[in-house]
Amino acid sequence: MTETFDYSLIDWSRGQFALTAMYHWIFVPLTLGLGFIMAIMETIYVRTGNPEWKRITKFWMTIFGINFAIGVATGIILEFEFGTNWSNYSWFVGDIFGAPLAIEGIMAFFIESTFIAVMFFGWNKVSKKFHLISTWLVAFGASLSALWILVANAWMQMPVGMKFNPDTARNEMAHFWDVLFSPMAVSKFTHTISSSYMLAALVVIGISSWFLLKKRHLVFAKRSIVVAAVFGLVTSLFTILTGDYSAKVIARHQPMKFAAFEGLYVGQRGAPLVAIGVVSSTPEDPNNENIKDFVFKLEIPNFLSYMAFQDFNAFIPGVKDLMEGNEEHGIPSAAEKIARGKLAIDALAEYKTAKEAGDEVKLTEAKEILDQNFQYFGYGYFVDDPSRLVPNVPLTFYSFHLMVALGMWFLVFFAIVLLLVYKGKISRSKFWLTIGIVNIPLAYIASQSGWVTAEMGRQPWVIQDLMPTMTAVSRLDTNAVITTFILFAVIFTTLLIAELRIMFKQIKLGPKQEGGH
Amino acid sequence: MFETFELLTLQQYWWIIISLLASLLVFLMFVQGGQTLIYTLGKTDTERSMIVNTLGRKWELTFTTLVTFGGAFFASFPLFYSTSFGGAYWVWMAILFAFIIQAISYEYRSKPNNFLGKRTFEVFLFINGALGTILIGTAVGTFFNGAMFSVDKLNLTNIYDSAISRWETPFHGLEAVLNFHNVALGLSVFFLARVLGILYIVNSVSDENIHERARKQMLYNAVPFLVFFLYFVIHLLLKQGFAVNPDTGEVFMEKFKYFHNLIQMPVVLVLFLAGVVGVLAGIGRFLFCRSNKGIWFTGAGTVLAVFALFLIAGLNNTAFYPSLHNLQHSLTIRNSSSSHYTLTAMSYVSLFVPVVITYIFFAWKSINNKPIEKAELEEEGTHIY
Ligand code: HDD
Ligand code: HEM
Ligand code: HEM
Repeated sequence: MTETFDYSLIDWSRGQFALTAMYHWIFVPLTLGLGFIMAIMETIYVRTGNPEWKRITKFWMTIFGINFAIGVATGIILEFEFGTNWSNYSWFVGDIFGAPLAIEGIMAFFIESTFIAVMFFGWNKVSKKFHLISTWLVAFGASLSALWILVANAWMQMPVGMKFNPDTARNEMAHFWDVLFSPMAVSKFTHTISSSYMLAALVVIGISSWFLLKKRHLVFAKRSIVVAAVFGLVTSLFTILTGDYSAKVIARHQPMKFAAFEGLYVGQRGAPLVAIGVVSSTPEDPNNENIKDFVFKLEIPNFLSYMAFQDFNAFIPGVKDLMEGNEEHGIPSAAEKIARGKLAIDALAEYKTAKEAGDEVKLTEAKEILDQNFQYFGYGYFVDDPSRLVPNVPLTFYSFHLMVALGMWFLVFFAIVLLLVYKGKISRSKFWLTIGIVNIPLAYIASQSGWVTAEMGRQPWVIQDLMPTMTAVSRLDTNAVITTFILFAVIFTTLLIAELRIMFKQIKLGPKQEGGH
Repeated sequence: MFETFELLTLQQYWWIIISLLASLLVFLMFVQGGQTLIYTLGKTDTERSMIVNTLGRKWELTFTTLVTFGGAFFASFPLFYSTSFGGAYWVWMAILFAFIIQAISYEYRSKPNNFLGKRTFEVFLFINGALGTILIGTAVGTFFNGAMFSVDKLNLTNIYDSAISRWETPFHGLEAVLNFHNVALGLSVFFLARVLGILYIVNSVSDENIHERARKQMLYNAVPFLVFFLYFVIHLLLKQGFAVNPDTGEVFMEKFKYFHNLIQMPVVLVLFLAGVVGVLAGIGRFLFCRSNKGIWFTGAGTVLAVFALFLIAGLNNTAFYPSLHNLQHSLTIRNSSSSHYTLTAMSYVSLFVPVVITYIFFAWKSINNKPIEKAELEEEGTHIY
């Protein structure tokens, strides 16, 4: 029996998952948003009968197709990776987690892949109406796939609607609707899709700006910008609202993550919001390298308490309170949770032995201890190293603040673009057109930062409080995981280069001139 | 209505759905089979382009079926998912790599400035067609021949080494190829996919030259298919199988287990025989009657035969994923399934399957009612791979 974890195996497995998830996420948000933008454009075409709108729609569909293919290629890996690299996790939560994944396949992926075929190959074969419906179905199908996987992810952040079954040693679903409509699932879904819609709007504006700067396809570009800017303004507002809601949910259910992304080390009443800050490079707490202080920070007094709990004086626990405990506010210390978690784990072992021995008395006793302490089950794995209970604060803090700042900025940007369009000045504003192009990479950075916040801030848990990442991992040879990590990195990067080159070429070629049929 | 079913009934119901998805998947692998024949059947650029385009309009369907098969297996029998995927790591990873490179190949193959060149994407398609079919077949072979794993849920309480499922060889799945019976199934799937690919292409491309070459290729693929398939089936029916005592859950070896399963479940036997006849009928009609509709017979036959094979792997008190390390760790539909609640919830979702099949059928009909011709590829404004 080994007495330590093989951390290199865990780190490589995490690295591999992060690599593949982040690659998948390069392509998914554009698919989600562009689907609707195309559908809106085609609707205008069908309404007006103007072939120019058909040309516009078709151009964006070409971009969609190129992006979609690689989204699919990177998605299949993630699904199977739960099994290949997180096998313990797959059993521990499979009863809850598997269902959304299966529903996603049956309900969403088939809609998407079937109607994509109609959308691409059906122009001259099906009626205009049927074609339009297909395009809308592609857009809805994509968001429907997002729904189920995000429900699964939300459940990992906030496990609800289940019961632990000691006989099978796993969590079993007890309330489907609680899983589907938990506040975390609602916030995750609404925020993720609205931010993706916004990202697609930024991409459409950026590409169209390039055409305007090059003085090519002016009508096409201006029309695309109008549709995208309106869509973007609405969705960016929604992104901010849902983002704010996400933060509120997290403040209640994942206090450690909240403290980490707000950079709050010591809890207080009337906590200030750090708007901009630079984390110190030296640890404040020598026992824990993740606890640092700020070299510089710009604060808005009391605002954090208000944002999280609508009360300027509400108490917000900091990382230290969560580790050392805070009696005044009824927060147990890490040591206490670890002790209770260990009790739960030992009770499970006890339960199994009692069951085999047929010892009814011991069985009920063990079951009772297990039930009482199950909420801290996962903490029991940290007996040797409680400091691991703190996520990487600087990384979480920076990625969160970057996302929020960019979110505010995009809202302003959409408003400015619309104003310029309204005044008829857009095609001459070189400055704003250039900014439009620069915004494309910024949108992707904001989107990726969102996931880094969500997933790194969740560490060390795969299932909040119940299963730590190190317990979830498959028992493999580290070298095997390193090998597949490298293979993934090489293949995905090659494919990404191919995708970008094809994409740039298609953009350069621009929308096709077409005889009106 | 599903709430009132017994757990075992739901488990059987889900094993049937898994089997159905698997059988549809093998049928849809005509795409993979076809991909290995692009250069054999197409000698000019236009011919190859027609073949790629006719396959390209279906690849997503095969792919999505694979994804759904994985998702459904995870949801209904999660212990298999965690044990096999996490253990036979190399086999599954190799399969995944073979599918990643397929997903972009159609869309990128003929686009200008595609970085790797048309040829590379065609090689990707070939690799996917060959490796994907052989490996999936070989992996399924382990359902009948077992694998080297152990399962102990108590490990969860060992805080330093808590993996429930473990693989007991350092080769992590690669050892499956050492058993020729597994490989024979892999090769049968490969040649069957090629046979299906040929039949699909002749049905959906109207071009004399391609049809002529297809006729010759049929022999080269149908014969090896039959040889490997017969070897696999005969060996299967004669071998010892992994039986479960329904009262104690104990797993034991039973002589002629899979043969017994066929006899004890006559419906399955009928399905299986009908399937074999269908497969042969399609091939025969194509070879001897010059019919282009063989795909329907061989396709339907494939679905029935694979469906039956999966049913005898898991139903009638059989361990569908036997452990060679410790017989008692073998996975059965009883000890590896989701809870009654989850299976019930998902059973309601499964009612959507007929709806899905219906709209797929009508959507495809609306855009695919006549075979591809050269002219279509030159038409303006169509999406070309
Ligand atoms: C272009 C992308 C983008 C932009 C501009 C924003 N977000 Fe965001 N955010 C995401 C894209 C995103 C995301 C990629 O969709 C994430 C990752 C996980 C998730 O639920 O959504 C996310 C996560 C995420 C989380 C963590 C959720 C979790 O851990 O479960 C919070 C608290 C916020 N966001 C809050 C905001 C706020 C207050 C914003 C204000 C302007 C904001 N986001 C802008
Ligand atoms: C880690 C979890 C994830 C898994 C296991 C996963 C799985 C998959 C799979 C298997 C596919 C290919 C589907 C096909 O055959 O057509 C896919 C594509 C897709 N996924 Fe994911 N996915 C994950 C994360 C996400 C997230 C977070 C979203 C959205 C919020 C998302 C949205 C999509 C969409 C829209 C597609 C369609 C194709 C495209 O990406 O362009 N996925 N995913
Ligand atoms: C597609 C968008 C996503 C991105 C970009 C993303 C990003 C990441 C990152 C960066 C990590 C590494 C965190 C770390 O190890 O410190 C990670 C881990 C992980 N994520 Fe996500 N994630 C995404 C969606 C999802 C979804 C939808 C799920 C589940 C349904 C999920 C499940 C996991 C799991 C199981 C791990 C591995 C264990 C862990 O390290 O916590 N992810 N992801």
